[in-house]
Amino acid sequence: MRTAFIATLFELAKADARIVLIVGDLGFGVVTEFADTLPNQFVNAGVAEQNMTGLAAGMALSGKIVFTYSIANFPVMRCLEQIRNDVCYHNASVKIVAVGGGLAYGALGASHHATEDIAVMRAMPNMHVLAPGDPLEAELAVRSIVKQPGPAYLRLGRAGEPIVHSQSPEFVVGQPIRVRRGADAVLVSTGGLLANSVSASELLRDSGIEAGVLSMPTVKPIDVEALMSELSGTPAIFTVEEHSVVGGLGSAIAEVLMESPRPHPLYKRIGLASAFTSVVGNQEYLRQHHGLDPTGIARTVLHTLRHRPA
Amino acid sequence: MREYTGEGAMSGESLAELYLLAQRIRHHSVTMTNTGKASHIGSSLSIAELLAVIYGGVLRTDPSHPASPDRDRFVLSKGHACAAYYAVLAETGFFPVEWLTDFYQDGARLAGHSTHAHVPGIEVSTGSLGHGLSLATGMALAGKRDGSAYRVFCLLSDGECDEGSTWEAALFASHHRLSNLCAIVDYNKIQALGNTSEVLDLEPLAAKWTAFGWRVLEVDGHSIPEIAEGLAHIPYDTGKPSCMIAHTVKGKGISFMENDLLWHYRSPQGQEYDDAMAELEGLP
Repeated sequence: MRTAFIATLFELAKADARIVLIVGDLGFGVVTEFADTLPNQFVNAGVAEQNMTGLAAGMALSGKIVFTYSIANFPVMRCLEQIRNDVCYHNASVKIVAVGGGLAYGALGASHHATEDIAVMRAMPNMHVLAPGDPLEAELAVRSIVKQPGPAYLRLGRAGEPIVHSQSPEFVVGQPIRVRRGADAVLVSTGGLLANSVSASELLRDSGIEAGVLSMPTVKPIDVEALMSELSGTPAIFTVEEHSVVGGLGSAIAEVLMESPRPHPLYKRIGLASAFTSVVGNQEYLRQHHGLDPTGIARTVLHTLRHRPA
Repeated sequence: MREYTGEGAMSGESLAELYLLAQRIRHHSVTMTNTGKASHIGSSLSIAELLAVIYGGVLRTDPSHPASPDRDRFVLSKGHACAAYYAVLAETGFFPVEWLTDFYQDGARLAGHSTHAHVPGIEVSTGSLGHGLSLATGMALAGKRDGSAYRVFCLLSDGECDEGSTWEAALFASHHRLSNLCAIVDYNKIQALGNTSEVLDLEPLAAKWTAFGWRVLEVDGHSIPEIAEGLAHIPYDTGKPSCMIAHTVKGKGISFMENDLLWHYRSPQGQEYDDAMAELEGLP
């Protein structure tokens, strides 16, 4: 996703001098070509995320479309008040990009686990929150947020995620992308767990459960009508995210469902507990530890379906 | 460090106009904090001359086109001193003076910290300290890269020199040689819970800005000629951002408010209001 992001941004920036990329002294080997080719559109703010974000707002208010870029929580939490007051309040065209959403930096430890970022960003007024599910979605997300005035948060994985979609999907901010249909349940996934959700649905098929998969590359805003149309008639919904179950996609869709006049289906949030990960391991290991690998997701779905109230 | 020399002095007539503008800022500020039952009068009074010179003689702006792309930018980072800021904007034609009665009123426009929404002339909303210099730095960097001639002025409090983000911006601005940027520190030496020397000593303040790569000029922040001369020569040094450290008095102009922390909080009511207005009326 990181590769798709920088390639797309580079292409767009070559054609639009308003686009500026500010990094917080991170992006080794990723941003070099951009920086060398477009020095007037590149800034390394140093290890100073508060200034990076205020600076970005000042540039955006002077006509630029500014991307701030760093890893995990650094471009989000260290500078949260700058995001709220300087970026969001002024509806400035600042696009915050975090590489390594969720547990991508696994063994680096809890400081590098971005597991509450969606919740925090979702609470910011004017902020759009996007977490693409594969490199194709990442490219489309970048194109979309460049066109959309105002702030956005783009949560990416790292490099090398599998491409899930067989072709570039139709991408509309707020709308789900259907990956597969299934009559028994729907897995709604955001971010890098899309591939695991698809794999989980295949495992479930072996157990006689037909589970559809929806990708939600946008967590905010949500096109309620489009989402409810996709979820209509499904008896069970499972949200899947590499994020705390507090305030992320699971919360966002629960809010939509609870305010819907329709009868509520069985609902389960699959994600991380609101806790720090104390074990050490890479992303794959930690996903398995937290039940976010295909087997773990399928296991939770089966367990929940089997223990549903009569 | 650059010394005040008296070069580039303004005419006596211009100086007199700026003096009157500063006094009108004080009048409005005292009245606004009275009717609004508002805090921070001391912080507004300490910047009356600075704002009068900036808006009355330095900024290249057109109040009828407040969003003109080539305008000079001004950022009040110490957003709590917004009574004086709203007052100078009204006095220089950005919006009607009658709006000033809105201050702090339910359903009105003028909030208790600088607010851009619905208020012409305000570039950015502030209120949380330590944000303004980064915003101003971003504006200056954009202007420099676009080859624009505009300049960016940012007025900070001394208290917000405690904020790490202020120094992040200071480091960045000199590294990028933002000679179109001028920081002005309202050094009244009193912050929210006491004297800056006792809360978190800033000294040697000029040496700190110098060490961060800025060219510094220290002035008497209530001397209109010194401020005017200082701001007429931006940048102070080629390729460097400029920092004017303005030595000021919190509560300046109202004898019983001067250098008294109480007036960071207290709203002038009743006899205090009458006494304050009488002192302002009594000035030549």
